[in-house]
Amino acid sequence: MATFRDEGVVLRTIKLGEADRIVTFLTPEHGKVRAVAKGVRKAKSRLAGRLEPMTHVSMMCWKGRELDVVTQVEVVDHFRQVRLDLDRMPAAFTMLEAVDLLAVERQPMPGLFRALTGGLRTLCEDPSPALLGAFLFRVLAIEGVGPVVDSCAACGEDADLVSFDEHVGGFCCRSCRSGTAVAPETVVLARQVLGGQLRAALATPSSRATAELERLATAAVEYHLDRRLRSAHLAPGPG
Amino acid sequence: MFAGPIQELVDELGRLPGVGPKSAQRIAFHLLEVPKEEALRLASSIAEVKERIRLCERCFNVSEGELCAICDDSRRDPTVLCIVEDPRDIVAVERTREFHGTYHVLGGALNPIEGVGPEQLRVRDLLERLADDRISEVILCTNPNLEGEATAMYLARLLGPLGIRITRIASGLPVGGDLEYADELTLGRALAGRREVSG
Repeated sequence: MATFRDEGVVLRTIKLGEADRIVTFLTPEHGKVRAVAKGVRKAKSRLAGRLEPMTHVSMMCWKGRELDVVTQVEVVDHFRQVRLDLDRMPAAFTMLEAVDLLAVERQPMPGLFRALTGGLRTLCEDPSPALLGAFLFRVLAIEGVGPVVDSCAACGEDADLVSFDEHVGGFCCRSCRSGTAVAPETVVLARQVLGGQLRAALATPSSRATAELERLATAAVEYHLDRRLRSAHLAPGPG
Repeated sequence: MFAGPIQELVDELGRLPGVGPKSAQRIAFHLLEVPKEEALRLASSIAEVKERIRLCERCFNVSEGELCAICDDSRRDPTVLCIVEDPRDIVAVERTREFHGTYHVLGGALNPIEGVGPEQLRVRDLLERLADDRISEVILCTNPNLEGEATAMYLARLLGPLGIRITRIASGLPVGGDLEYADELTLGRALAGRREVSG
């Protein structure tokens, strides 16, 4: 039986049979991979701790017809600080869910993989209020459906942008405005995110613009996927 | 494919978890071959379980009466409450014979990707139970996976202000396990949660 090696981030797991799980990974070379991890629900499983969602692993699988089978796994990164912090978890869950829905099986997705590992690492090391919004806009851009931020998405005029409409595909000028009204700082932030100034965008302190960016990016992803991101609307923090 | 009732049985069996179409067919034909009483015994136990078993009004464990056997047992310690995800977890904890308190079944764990939030769990009922000041300790006994840990952290934060002692079950290496094969996260936790031993 043919085997393959790749890196991967565990996106989700579902129970299978008595003691197995189907693990969904995002890999750079093989896109989304769904593989059976045998016996991982047993206490003595050697793989269980390595196949938790949000783990970056290096793995080997047998290639199956529909589902592959995980044979060996080594952990690259557990993103431990995210796991231990209830406030960082919602963003991580939203990242995993969005990537799971956007990724395609068995097609190389190096850009999406880099974005996900980079996003989780940033969330771990230096969480920023603009991170989730920036991440979602960037994965849309990687998928080729990023929002128009430099000119009006409706008329193409290089005018002041005052609103965001995911149906039109980006920000709109005063004469074409539709969708949600946005602050000028949000437009600047979105331009930084998609214009190669990600570091500057992530350094932005928590503000109306960072909250707005997250809201708009979530709406844009949901419009593109034609379904709601469950984790984006379900904050696990009490109160 | 088969005569009406057999096909119906195959279809029904095929809906059970872990039973595929081929297994469903095999079980259906087995039931057809066994003596009538044996098959009816199975049918009546299914009917009985559906009729007689309900959830305990206090802890939401499966129960025959209003209260489950554990809640109804006066020898259990009412000051310690063990919070589990599922009634099956109660059986697992009971098998240890180490715990003599009472339970609360949440009915799952937080799983934002599947749309399970605090509202979908029995958190409100838990808060109502904690209004009883006899409870002095809550043990968070959710699974040591991402969802279970998130649930434990959520409850710890929620219950913190109540001034009750909140503990989390330890996690580490299984008895009879092998360090060489332990994963980093488990071994790391085992080290972090190490205990002093006296000789």
